[in-house]
Amino acid sequence: VSHLRADVRQRCLDIVALYPQPRSAMLALLHLAQEQDGYLSDEAMADVAELTNTTSADVRGTASFYDMFHLEPVGKYVVSVCTNIACLIAGGEEMLEYAGVALGCSVGATSDDGLFTLEEAECLADCDVAPCVQVNHRYVRATTPEASDPLVEELRSGALDHDVPAHGTLVRVRRSGGLRVTRAELAEQRATAREQRAARESEQVQ
Amino acid sequence: VATVDAPLIVSARAEYADSFTLARYLETGGYAGLRKALTMFPEDVAKEVDAASLLGRGGAGFPAGRKWSMLRKSPVSYLVVNGDESEPATFKDHFLVERDPHQLVEGVIIAAYALQVSQAFIFVRGEFALGLERVQQALNDAYELGALGSHIFDSDFSLDVVLHPGAGAYICGEETALIEALEGKRGFPRIKPPFFPAVTGLYGEPTVVNNVETMSNLPWIINHGGAAFAALGAGRSTGTRLFALAGRVNRPGVYEVEMVKNTFRDLIFDPHFGQGVINGAAVKAFIPGGVSAPWFGPELLDLALGQDEVAEKGSMLGSGSIVVFDETTCVVRAAWRITRFFSRESCGQCTPCREGSGWLERVLYRLEHGGGRDEDMDLLLDLCDNIAPGLGWPPQQTTICVLGSSIPSSIHSAISMFKDDFFEHVRHGGCPL
Repeated sequence: VSHLRADVRQRCLDIVALYPQPRSAMLALLHLAQEQDGYLSDEAMADVAELTNTTSADVRGTASFYDMFHLEPVGKYVVSVCTNIACLIAGGEEMLEYAGVALGCSVGATSDDGLFTLEEAECLADCDVAPCVQVNHRYVRATTPEASDPLVEELRSGALDHDVPAHGTLVRVRRSGGLRVTRAELAEQRATAREQRAARESEQVQ
Repeated sequence: VATVDAPLIVSARAEYADSFTLARYLETGGYAGLRKALTMFPEDVAKEVDAASLLGRGGAGFPAGRKWSMLRKSPVSYLVVNGDESEPATFKDHFLVERDPHQLVEGVIIAAYALQVSQAFIFVRGEFALGLERVQQALNDAYELGALGSHIFDSDFSLDVVLHPGAGAYICGEETALIEALEGKRGFPRIKPPFFPAVTGLYGEPTVVNNVETMSNLPWIINHGGAAFAALGAGRSTGTRLFALAGRVNRPGVYEVEMVKNTFRDLIFDPHFGQGVINGAAVKAFIPGGVSAPWFGPELLDLALGQDEVAEKGSMLGSGSIVVFDETTCVVRAAWRITRFFSRESCGQCTPCREGSGWLERVLYRLEHGGGRDEDMDLLLDLCDNIAPGLGWPPQQTTICVLGSSIPSSIHSAISMFKDDFFEHVRHGGCPL
């Protein structure tokens, strides 16, 4: 029995098919599993293992290396506040402290209502709008406590559900095009190109 | 006075609100470079890039043309594009993937044609949720247009490009760690030699790994010729480059600047760029190329923005990110935070990096937060010396990758430039600021 929903499983199969080896789809599939459950459940990781032709241990071992994957449930909104060098200079630590109060949770924890998880982030590459805050990895560009107050209210009320979808970096990433030739044809194309180039080069030598 | 008459090579389209759309891209000359490239022999496309002497824009500054020519003997199997931008205070690839994804895609197709590769991967940092959406949309558009897939623009060349999402790990910017992540594994850098993925890369096959900005330069280079690119800049540093300016400046941002013709002072103070330090304060120090780079003092503000110029003074342009400190910036706190970053991001394979970064972080923490000792500065330098023996530049390596040898840069800089600040912290029992 598949833990992943049929539509999610189909997306997984489509992604696996893009790679020469199924294990390469690991990170993308973990993103999709997290999109379904909000975190990486044991059942979902077992499905990812089957889809990538690996073991549950391989999947957990890989997932635990990456900051974006949650092995335990998190809030609907993961709020990441950067305190790295450019944000440190711009008051990132103060912003993180304020966020803890405004969201009702300490760093690394989830608020009692299950809405927010607060994270201290490393550089999120948006240093000209510092301190940088992301909610579910969407830049919200609220750089002062005053600017962040209405944002928290909007998140609570669900007004930002479109701009800040719950869980899942790939929630709106869909591949539509694709190569319509086989790998054998591709190999042949490469071989032909190589031969033609060798011919051109020997011509030049002569 | 800054020199601003050079053409904008990679950021010209950014002035448009819809710069990321196919319609805007086509209206502004999009995919003309690819059409032209397809009329040339692949090796002649590579020759143009060689003539441009385009230095890789990821951080190491290795000439892209030379990277490609290493593959002349063994045909390359895969092209991998590094968009895992995570060096603190670097945000130029973020700008490129979000604002001009078609330019990136066109560059990738041109590179793949030059290398005669039929499978490419664009690795985009997982935290760039919008960037991932835009690059995938650009790829979808390109397939639809016939610029990707089977028989591109009715030529004999076919190519498939797959967008690969990262998942939050600084180390995946290291090209062999990135390849491990592409194989679906933990991002552990591979043991060298072989030093280049060109020898053993993805699935053990010859692979080229190039940075997003490097790829984004290719449409212009093919349209205008490698010589036109090489005519900009000076010496080994040709063309323009994106600089990410952050810290205590009035107008932080991403600026495209002609190499060598401008100085750090121009970038920080000129009205076209940073517009000076906040509140008119003096520059205390600045980081010239990402937190892996040793810091510079204000006496080097007039140094030209060039690869060799910066290297001669004992640092690097690196990832193209410049962070400005003024007198409100605590250098001990800055060094501590940078070290904590490396400690968190160390992959854990090598003892000097894994253990050393944590020890250094704890010593710096106690200096900043009270509990520091006079002998701590010697202890810090001794620990740094164990990670990068000699503390020279470029650093000696005791670890599999350069993350380890990057750790001492900020600590060594802070102590040698601002020793009094450290002793002040010890006397004061913590940060006096």
